[in-house]
Amino acid sequence: MKRAFILLLLVVVGWVLADTFSQINFGESRMGDIKQQETVGAYYLNNTVEKLSVANVVTAIVVNYRGFDTLGEVTVLFLAASGLASILYRRKKRGEHDVMILKNSSQLLQTGAKLIFPAILVLGAYVFIHGHLTPGGGFQGGAIIASGFLLMFMAYKDYHVSHNVLTWVESVAGILFVSVGIWGLISGATFLENVLGTGTLNDLISGGVIPLIYIAVGFKVAAELTGVLETLLNFKTEK
Amino acid sequence: MDPILYNKIISVGVYGSAIGLILIGLYAVLVKKHLTKIVIGLSIIDAGVHLLFIAVGFIKGGTAPIFSEKGIELVNQGTAMVDPVPQALVLTAIVIGFGVTAVALSLVIRLYRHHHTARIDHIKSLKW
Amino acid sequence: MIFNIIFFSLLAIIILAAAIYAVVQKDLLYAVIATGVISLVLSIYFFIMQAPDVALTEAAIGIALTTIIFVITIRNTSRREDEIPVNKEPDREEETK
Repeated sequence: MKRAFILLLLVVVGWVLADTFSQINFGESRMGDIKQQETVGAYYLNNTVEKLSVANVVTAIVVNYRGFDTLGEVTVLFLAASGLASILYRRKKRGEHDVMILKNSSQLLQTGAKLIFPAILVLGAYVFIHGHLTPGGGFQGGAIIASGFLLMFMAYKDYHVSHNVLTWVESVAGILFVSVGIWGLISGATFLENVLGTGTLNDLISGGVIPLIYIAVGFKVAAELTGVLETLLNFKTEK
Repeated sequence: MDPILYNKIISVGVYGSAIGLILIGLYAVLVKKHLTKIVIGLSIIDAGVHLLFIAVGFIKGGTAPIFSEKGIELVNQGTAMVDPVPQALVLTAIVIGFGVTAVALSLVIRLYRHHHTARIDHIKSLKW
Repeated sequence: MIFNIIFFSLLAIIILAAAIYAVVQKDLLYAVIATGVISLVLSIYFFIMQAPDVALTEAAIGIALTTIIFVITIRNTSRREDEIPVNKEPDREEETK
């Protein structure tokens, strides 16, 4: 009986979605003429190069035009990381030990991880520094750096990153983000307004405060995701 | 081939896979009894919704919304770049979906540690 | 044109088959790897629809990090979906005695 109801619910949801999205033609342009700026997307496409000198429009939207949402997202990620650590907290009892990783991995993985790990860090740093010129940005670079740390965690049995360093990096990066916004307030404009001068297109130093914010976000996301992995891999269990 | 029929086939392929992902994830959340399987279903619903967003923002013949010198000429001539606003929304949504999955899985671990089972039909005691 | 149709239908078939496999399979480790395959094909979809930022983000977060936190959860809970629970008293009753 319950199965019948669930199948009926699925059919109704599927029918409503299919009916709605069959009226939205795939690939049809709804932005209008870009020069006329009738829609939000057309406005962003038209004004990114002239007013901001940033090549990546999605970066300009995420950091500059909708920068407050990015502040909220960074806060949500911070809450998720600290919530995870506090849910899994357990006072160490007698007779408990780390059983997550029992022995070292093979010789191939150990040597390979030690060679590749600096290259992954440099790749992650490149991705979040050049976020306003190429596809990339703070979140992508932070996730790449966290994957590099995950490789080292998997290869060596007792590889530890000290929690103090991660906490300090994360806190300083978060304070930097908010202080860039307050700098906009102090300079007489709105919160998170672009107050540095914008350079020329396709330069590394261009776009005002956009590279600064994305570098802070990159460090913060990398420290948070590494902290999440460290918490999950190292909490004590009683088996 | 007739362009309208071709467009119809491609749109059924993309929209169909997105709506199919949402329905399969919804089935897993509603029917399954093991907590980890429910969280897998949540993650599949996330994937379907993100695909639906980007599919709505796609413009036929458009290119990626990144400017180079040639890109500026294209926009000046009125040809399209793909709509950049849904991409910014989905960027945020992917990261937040990962955060939600991480907290949900930590709750699953904590529940297993307490009740020694992860199936919701075997957890009988209502109080901690 | 024919190539486009074949490619799009192949992607749709792979993603739906992986989703059905992830839901139906009783061994949870295989289901988690199927979720990783969903993220991979999703990243290809994003790249085809001219969204390189989103494809990078989905590839970096969905494939590596989501799979590893699922595997750590499976390590700390049960491996199979149809497990039989071990009858044991919950911890809190021992502490209050």
